[in-house]
Amino acid sequence: MKINRNTFKWSAWLGWQMESNWTRPFIFAIYAIVRPIAASLILVVMFYVITYLGDPSTARANFDFLFIGNAFFMYIAQVLFGVTWIIHDDREHYRTLKYIYISPANYFVYILGRTLSKILITTFAVIITLAFGVIFLEVPLNPLGVDWLLFIPVFIIGLLSIIAFGLALAGISFLTAKHTMGMNEGIAGVFYLFCGVIFPLSVLPDWGISFAKILPVTYWLDLIRTSLGAGAGIDTAVAGTSVEVSLVVLIISTIGFALFSIGTFKLGDNLARRKGYLDMTTAY
Amino acid sequence: MTMIPNAVEIKDLRRTFKTKAVKSKKELVTALDGADLEIKEGELFGLLGPNGAGKTTIIKILATLLFPTSGKAEVLGYDVMKDAYQIRKNINMVSGGETSGYGILTVNENLWMFSQFYGIPGKIAKKRIKRLLRVMDLEKKADAKVRTLSTGERQKANMIRGFMTDPKLIFLDEPTLGLDVNASRLIRDFIKDWMRSKTGRTVLLTTHYMMEADELCDRVAIIDQGKILACDTPANLKRLVTKESTLKLEIRKVQDISAFQNIKGVKRFTYDHNITAGITKLNFILDDEAIVADIVAEVPKSGSKIVSVEKSEPTLEDVFVTLVGRGLHEN
Repeated sequence: MKINRNTFKWSAWLGWQMESNWTRPFIFAIYAIVRPIAASLILVVMFYVITYLGDPSTARANFDFLFIGNAFFMYIAQVLFGVTWIIHDDREHYRTLKYIYISPANYFVYILGRTLSKILITTFAVIITLAFGVIFLEVPLNPLGVDWLLFIPVFIIGLLSIIAFGLALAGISFLTAKHTMGMNEGIAGVFYLFCGVIFPLSVLPDWGISFAKILPVTYWLDLIRTSLGAGAGIDTAVAGTSVEVSLVVLIISTIGFALFSIGTFKLGDNLARRKGYLDMTTAY
Repeated sequence: MTMIPNAVEIKDLRRTFKTKAVKSKKELVTALDGADLEIKEGELFGLLGPNGAGKTTIIKILATLLFPTSGKAEVLGYDVMKDAYQIRKNINMVSGGETSGYGILTVNENLWMFSQFYGIPGKIAKKRIKRLLRVMDLEKKADAKVRTLSTGERQKANMIRGFMTDPKLIFLDEPTLGLDVNASRLIRDFIKDWMRSKTGRTVLLTTHYMMEADELCDRVAIIDQGKILACDTPANLKRLVTKESTLKLEIRKVQDISAFQNIKGVKRFTYDHNITAGITKLNFILDDEAIVADIVAEVPKSGSKIVSVEKSEPTLEDVFVTLVGRGLHEN
């Protein structure tokens, strides 16, 4: 138990060092602020160009929907890319995976610790993005108007579902070389398309909506918008579902994906040890 | 007389790998071909063999990084297939010839983090790290980023990482590979001191440096093509070839060395060209010392000149040549 606690703590610390210690603190602070804003501004510009040609009466609601979805999508992108990159980087670049693997530290806990640092850094980026939206883009977000009792549990459960996806991909990363990055891009793209990140699900075909309804992230984003009271004013295809039902579906699907991810991680770990991939160097 | 328990026990251990040698055609490569080995607790044991002999595969299996294809492997009485966690609490590993470590962290931070992965209490960890940094002559680099270290310094830090957990069994896979003479000597001295100061600790060392194995190891196993060919103390192994004489010749401007192979009475013959120096080293294992004159007489016939002649005591290299039929660095 003590080893697991230490592993979690120090792997999270390692993750923070890797993310933040590559330059001077001042440069890192600038980077941490500018990067998420710049990423969001790309979408903002695209949105204004499209709405200029479309119906201006729905533009505000659509913009808020897009802005909130895009801000919280950062968690998905960072965790999915980050977790699998940890395996690749530790194994092939730093050559430390084998030394951590043969220690009594639980590698699953180690990955969780590293993921925590990614989540903390992403949280900072999300806060910066939302603040920028409120101050400069008139996103109607008021901390006093947020349903914190809904937001906090929803936020945590949603993050758990994203971590679960990340761990499943980490299990697969044991068996692949750098190709995993392509897989991550594909899966992140699926979430981007089917989970109502930048456009409502109602624009998807029926089969797309059905698929979206089994993904926990769909409910997560919908409930986040509802609890924040911003970007929830348009039809999202799960908007007809009550908050309670959405919450239950989110919890059940998160548990399902968590079990799936633990199984996938263990299977990947076992196969990698069987095939001799734990200290593989491909030089890709 | 008390029985010393085995730190490592391997029975009929096999490991094959599927490789894509040719595009879209899978080939089965045998890394271990029914290896048997017993290493007693408290031994400094050497595995000696050329590249690809199966040394690292054995270490990977014992360190719980790799499953065997078949056979049995036990570490400190625990099965590598079933009891990985129990094994991991008691072992560590150091590989040579690689630059592992998080370059963005300092030496101290790297070591501290690994100490925490082993659950070593803070005060003890700090004390051990400090002492080992001093012993390894790395104190001045404690706060330097790992990326700024030289190859030798990185390997010293790697050694500290391996030994600071005070393992019951440590695997040293070519620990002096690619290091200069001073760094190699420091590491060899450290290993010897560690074994002297810690009773019941075991080291499994792989190397293809014969002198290193001879200097350090209580017992040595010679491995080639996945098979253990011999296992004994270096002295006993050398006795295997004491009935034979060994002759080392250094010659210049050699044009044809095939003639040396055909001299009657030459039991084994290996050679090594040093192209830069323009010198070829010839190693002979002879049935009878009387043919030394015949060999020396052959040198001018082959268009060469003698640089040096040495009639030597057998080394582990000679044992290897006798058992395998070729030199350690020949394919």
